[in-house]
Amino acid sequence: MVADLPQEKIKELKLKANAARQLVIETLTQTGGSGHTAGPLGMADIFTAFYFHILNHDPKKPELPDRDRLILSNGHICPIRYVSMAQAGYFPLEELKTLRHLNSRLQGHPHRTALPGLETTSGPLGEGLSQGVGIALAGRLDKKDYYTYVLTSDGEHEEGNTWEAAMMAGKEKLHHLIQVIDYNNIQIDGKVEDVMPLEPFRAKYDAFNWHTIDIPGNDIETFVKAIQEAQTVTDKPIIIIARTIPGKGVSFMENDYRWHGVPPKPEEAEKALAELKAEEEKIKSE
Amino acid sequence: MLNQNLKLNPKLFDEDVTQEPTRAGFGTGLMHLGETNPNVVVLSADLTGSTQANKFAEKFPERFFQTGVAEQNMAAVAAGLGVTGKIAFISSYATFSPGKNWETIRTTAVYNEANVKIAGHHSGVMTGPDGATHQATEDIAITRCWPNMHVYVPCDAIEAKKATIASTNINTAVYLRYSRDKTPIITTDETPFKVGKVQTFWVNENPKVTIFATGYMLYYALLAAKELEEEKLQVLVVNVATVKPLDNEGIIQAARDSQAVVTVEDHQVEGGMGSAIAELLAKTTPLPIEFIGLQNTFAESGTPKELIEKYGMDAKAIKEAVKRVIRRKS
Repeated sequence: MVADLPQEKIKELKLKANAARQLVIETLTQTGGSGHTAGPLGMADIFTAFYFHILNHDPKKPELPDRDRLILSNGHICPIRYVSMAQAGYFPLEELKTLRHLNSRLQGHPHRTALPGLETTSGPLGEGLSQGVGIALAGRLDKKDYYTYVLTSDGEHEEGNTWEAAMMAGKEKLHHLIQVIDYNNIQIDGKVEDVMPLEPFRAKYDAFNWHTIDIPGNDIETFVKAIQEAQTVTDKPIIIIARTIPGKGVSFMENDYRWHGVPPKPEEAEKALAELKAEEEKIKSE
Repeated sequence: MLNQNLKLNPKLFDEDVTQEPTRAGFGTGLMHLGETNPNVVVLSADLTGSTQANKFAEKFPERFFQTGVAEQNMAAVAAGLGVTGKIAFISSYATFSPGKNWETIRTTAVYNEANVKIAGHHSGVMTGPDGATHQATEDIAITRCWPNMHVYVPCDAIEAKKATIASTNINTAVYLRYSRDKTPIITTDETPFKVGKVQTFWVNENPKVTIFATGYMLYYALLAAKELEEEKLQVLVVNVATVKPLDNEGIIQAARDSQAVVTVEDHQVEGGMGSAIAELLAKTTPLPIEFIGLQNTFAESGTPKELIEKYGMDAKAIKEAVKRVIRRKS
C-alpha cells in the first residue's frame, strides 16, 4: 500500500512538479517546432506523484521483475514522462534536449526498446489499456504483486480498442490494474465534448464493472489518496478519472485546445517560464 | 521426381493420400508447446474451435485467454504478455488478424519487439464457401513488409506443427499462415524444417523452369511437375516455407539452375511470396518470372477446388505458366 504523504513531502512534490513544468517548457523549445505542450503540463502533478511517491521502482535497475509498471497509452504527452524519469535519475537531465532529434533515445512518441524504463511503445491511441491488461495478466500468472498503472486520455476513449480492453479487464477482475485517465477535455480538433462527447463517463466504467474514482487532477495529495483507495479494491479493475487542466501553470495555455499539439515559440516560452518561476517562489514561501 | 532425401510422403500422388488442414498442425503444435513450455499462452477472439486452439484451452485453461470478438484488444493484450516473459499466440482468421488489427500488431508487437506469434487462419481462396470476406489473400504482403518480421507458410499439417513450434525459437513477432480445408500431406515427421531455408521437393538433372511454391499450393506445383515429367519437361519445385527471412542463397541457386521461374501461392500476386522472390532475383539474377495467384481480383464463394480452378491456380494453370515462361527465355 502506498504510504500517506507527510505535509513536508507535499511541498517538496509541489516544487518537483513545478520544476518538471519548467523542464517541459525548456525541452519543448529545443525540438525545432514540434511536440505537445498542454497534456504534459496538465499531467505534471500526477507524474511527479508516481515517480517520487507511488511507484515501486529503481531508476538504476529499470528491469527489476517486481517493479510496478507505468504505461503511458497516450504517448504524445511523453515530454512529461521523460522529464520525470530524468528527474528521478533514469538518465541525465542534459539528455532531455535530444527529444525528437536524430539518434536520440527520446523518440517523439515513446519507444520501449529505445529507452530503459519505458514499458511499452505508444502513440497510436487506444492500445495502452490492452497492453496493461496483458501485463497485469502476466503478473497474475506469475503470482507477482506489482501494480500495472495505465495512463490514458479522454480523447483516446473514442478508440474502440479502449473499450475492448475495458470489457476484458472487467471480465478478468484485474484489481492490480489501475487506469488513470487524463480527463482534460481537449483534443486536436477541439473540445472532447464537441468532437465526441464521452459523458456520462463515470457511469460507463461503472457499467463495465470497474471501481471508479473521480477527482480533480492537479492536486497531488488528492491523487495519492485516490491511489490508496484503488489499492483497497480486491475484485475489480480501478479507474481514477483525473479531471486535469491542460496547460496547467501557464495562464495563456490553460484549457486552450490549440496548445494540444504545438510547442511554445521562444517568446512564449519565456513568458511561460516567468509564470512558473513566480509559482515556484510562491510554493517556497508557503 | 520427388526428392526422397527429404523423406517426403511416398503416397503423395495416390488417390487416397492422407489429407488434413494445416490448422490441425497449429493445434498439435500448440499442445506440444503447452506441455513443454510453461511460458506459452494462447489468446483467441471467439474462434477457438475453428482455429484449433480448443485443445490447448481445455488442457491449460489458466494460460488461455478468450478476448471475445475483439482482434485489436487480443493483439495488444498479447503484446503486454509478450513483454512480460510470456510467449503469446493470438489465433483468428487472417482477414481479422493481422488484417483488422494490422496497426495494433505493427506498433505493440513488431516495433515494440514483443514476443507475439500471430496465427492467421482461413488463408487464401481455399477457405471456400465463406466467400471473399473471409478469404485472406493479402496477409503475406502486409506482414512481410515489417522490419525483422518472420513469416512462415507451412505446406501441410505436419510442417505446420513444426513451424508452430519453431516460431518460439525467437523472442519477437512471427506470422504463421494456416488454411481451413483439408490438403494432402506432403511431408513426414522426418522431413527437415529449417527457418530461412528453402528445400527442393521435386528434383531434376536438367530443369527448364524452377517453380517456387508456398503453403498447400506446393501440392498443385508438385502435381504439375509430375504431369510435365510425363511430357518430358523437367522442372524443379522448391518449397518456400519461410517467406521471411527469405533464403536468398537457396533461391538464387535454384533459379540459376533453370534460368526461368514460376511462383505459386494462394494470395494476391501483388506483394506476396512471388513478389519477394522477384525483388530478390531482380537484384541478383534477372530472368523471366510468371506469377500464379490472384490477379488483381477478389475471389468468391465456391468449393476450394472450383475456386483454385476458376482463379487460375490449379496444376493446369501452373503447367501453362511453365510453358509461357519457357517461351520468354532468351
